[in-house]
Amino acid sequence: MTRTLTDGALRVVLFAVVALVVLSGVLLLTGHAPGPALAALARGSVGSGFALSSTVVRAVPLALAGLAVALAFRAGLLNIGAEGQLLLGAGVATAVGVALGSAPAVLALPVMLLAGALAGAAWAWIAAELRRRFGVLEVISTIMLNFIAISMVGWVVRGPLQEPTRIYPQSSTLPLSQQLPMIIPGTRVHLGVLLVLVLSAGLWWWLRSTASGFRLRAVGSNPLAAASAGGISVSRTTLGAFLLSGALAGLAGSVELTGVTYALYENFSPGYGYTAIAVALLARLNPLAVLLTALMFGALEAGASAMQRDAAVPSVVVSVVEAALILMVVAADRWQSTRTTNVVVTTDDADGATVAAGAGRA
Amino acid sequence: MSERDPDAGKANLRRAREQPDAAGSDASSGIPFDSPTNVPVLSLAGITRRFGSVVALDDAHFTVQPGTVHALLGENGAGKTTLMRVAFGLLTPDRGTIRVRGTDTAVASPATALSLGIGMVHQHFTLVPAMTVAENVALGGHGRFDPQAAATRVREVAEDAGLSLDPYARVESLPVGAQQRCEIVKALARDVQLLILDEPTAVLAPQEASELLQWMRRYADRGHAVVLITHKLRDALAVADDVTVLRRGRTVLTAAARDTTQEQLRAAMLGDVTRRAGAEKDDGKNDGKDQGKEDAERAAPTRTADSATAVAATAKSPAAKSPAAATVLSARHVTYRDTRGTTRLRDVSLDVRAGEIVGIAAVEGAGHHELLRILAGRLEPTGGSVTRPVRIGFVPEDRHRDALMLDAPLDENIALRDAGLRRGRMPWAAIRAQTTALLHARDVRAAGAQVLTRTLSGGNQQKLVLGRELADDPQAVVVENPSRGLDFNATAAVQEALRDARAAGAAVLLYSSDLDEVLMLSDRVFALFDGRLVETVHDRDAVGRAMLGTVPAGAHA
Repeated sequence: MTRTLTDGALRVVLFAVVALVVLSGVLLLTGHAPGPALAALARGSVGSGFALSSTVVRAVPLALAGLAVALAFRAGLLNIGAEGQLLLGAGVATAVGVALGSAPAVLALPVMLLAGALAGAAWAWIAAELRRRFGVLEVISTIMLNFIAISMVGWVVRGPLQEPTRIYPQSSTLPLSQQLPMIIPGTRVHLGVLLVLVLSAGLWWWLRSTASGFRLRAVGSNPLAAASAGGISVSRTTLGAFLLSGALAGLAGSVELTGVTYALYENFSPGYGYTAIAVALLARLNPLAVLLTALMFGALEAGASAMQRDAAVPSVVVSVVEAALILMVVAADRWQSTRTTNVVVTTDDADGATVAAGAGRA
Repeated sequence: MSERDPDAGKANLRRAREQPDAAGSDASSGIPFDSPTNVPVLSLAGITRRFGSVVALDDAHFTVQPGTVHALLGENGAGKTTLMRVAFGLLTPDRGTIRVRGTDTAVASPATALSLGIGMVHQHFTLVPAMTVAENVALGGHGRFDPQAAATRVREVAEDAGLSLDPYARVESLPVGAQQRCEIVKALARDVQLLILDEPTAVLAPQEASELLQWMRRYADRGHAVVLITHKLRDALAVADDVTVLRRGRTVLTAAARDTTQEQLRAAMLGDVTRRAGAEKDDGKNDGKDQGKEDAERAAPTRTADSATAVAATAKSPAAKSPAAATVLSARHVTYRDTRGTTRLRDVSLDVRAGEIVGIAAVEGAGHHELLRILAGRLEPTGGSVTRPVRIGFVPEDRHRDALMLDAPLDENIALRDAGLRRGRMPWAAIRAQTTALLHARDVRAAGAQVLTRTLSGGNQQKLVLGRELADDPQAVVVENPSRGLDFNATAAVQEALRDARAAGAAVLLYSSDLDEVLMLSDRVFALFDGRLVETVHDRDAVGRAMLGTVPAGAHA
């Protein structure tokens, strides 16, 4: 395990370097001086206590949604729907918050967070059920559910959950009793950070050390062998993974709501659920490494605002970097796996190998 | 190789067509495609192809004349499909020459093959289910796609060939027979003169199969050539003009169908010893190069001969001594119908007792795949009942697909057994120790319990699977093609493990596509033909007849 950890840390460093190189290239191409822009990026992400706390705060939803994606991918489920599950979580948490009114924080906060998680799980369950009953690919159903979730948020902030004056398309600001406490006074670092640390360590341990975690990994690794050699119920394991993944993404929404925004509004998530896919892939689906990659993306995004403000570089150039990173990760993994596969193919099971090659070429 | 006349090679009992040797030897490269002379459409000579240490084709010869149906026969793994993949450009031979209509050719890819007029319909269809018939046929074409024109083309080709096919039907909505017609039309639309069909009747209902065979006949009568890869002797003799039999990658018989009998073909497929000696005598007339090779083969006996000796030396199993041993694994009147509605097993009853190995001999598609899974508890029968012990091991033939997580370390693959029942924490330390011990005991060559399973050779992967399935001394073990694709040493180790399991009192059920392996390991042998199971005497000849259905054994005729 330590080997994979150092391996993961190495990757993060490597990717950080690549990110800087790509970013410099994009800046040069778009006619900005890389020096000042990168300086602004550094200032905005790690340059001060405030900048650091921005980075950490931005990393929280990315990490939670990243854990959601990593868990699903580990089970062989391509849950692209963390965005929608996150929005559902935030929306339902808002509604529950309104219903709870002035209930004390010890009651209100856990209930709201839990409601968010359950909502995310329910949203994922739709995709799971579509897959089980009709064989709908979860890649498609979860993306579609994202659009529905986005539209639903747009509706509730103009309808049932709109603030009482009915002027702004957003919910009322949460009362203090529904706001997560800060763990470092004077910063915006809220209790959600601890939750992320506990969850990522917990998930790492669960996948590695428990029978149910092992079943999830086995199903993701080879469902046919899991069923035949392991007697594992693939459908039950898959459903569990869907629900857990959705719950984590939903939790990301309710934590963001109660920890940062304190209100629901139309563009509540700047694509956290999508960036989370990059976070998870970059971490090679390792829950502990997700912490590091989430921090890295958090830093990039926090720095991007500073870059826009101080060096007049549009913050979207950071999206280019993020996309380049994803492509690189996918290509590297693909390259690695074809390399190892080839070894097996040439030495063993000649017939099967040629069938595959033949189908590809014919 | 090319300096040799391909037809004079080892085309053994080639007493068939009027001018058997007229073709290959004359320099006929200038003759146009539709020339009325007897230039073979396809002539493969001295084809050798290795996969790692396994020799799939060993100096194989094969010649197809225009206007004929040529049946290519052989047991599973004899090299039929591999040889035709060479002809279709899916594989390049290590040695040997390919002549298409008299011209030496390198068939580098299926595209080349198609441009040379060679088409192939694979056993597993290569259709896009979501597309229509016309779209599938147009697939691989160039330029603009015109749905109307594609449909018209399909209609023309299908009509011309006498096949009924709706060009606008979605492939996924079609029954298997129609999907196969779509595959055939796909090939015909490329103007092929030689159509290779790989086990085309395996997926068809009897009625559809006989229609297809009749179609082949009519199609060949119009001047085209058809290669029918099959192991159904009846099909071959019903429709073919010529037959070629492969055994262990070598051409052992080529003859006109009307001059051969099922009996002769069966003997050639299974390697009947006396007949084989005769064939080799015939070979003596051929050039000295081949004679030398034959001698060498006789001097260094093949694996089979070795194993046969081993059988004689092996002491009889405990079950043979005490026939009263308890029945551990039992099927009663089991029937099975697959998702397509095809009946795979018909009223099968079978008992496997403690301390014996029961072998099943069958050709592809006879239903053994389903029978083994039903007995191993991996598949629910449609009818009948199965009794099986709690602890049962199962070694499926496709270990990559059904038995292993290739991207996981070895210890996690060991942990897979019982993973469905485990609660709480995984005792990884204990599992790791168990894995290390297993690697040692089963002689699995691996750097340690935590290397990725993918990095192991096929033989070591199989020993790992076997070790896992036998680890808790199961009361019953079901194994399917346990030595498939393995080299000599790994095969020996696997067979030894099965004997050890028997000695430890396990009830072992074995299927192998290698009849010799079945005979060598089993105490009792059953043959499965067309879903019916019959016990046969422990005799190569008898088992061969029963598994090929050439003898109406008992109830089925």
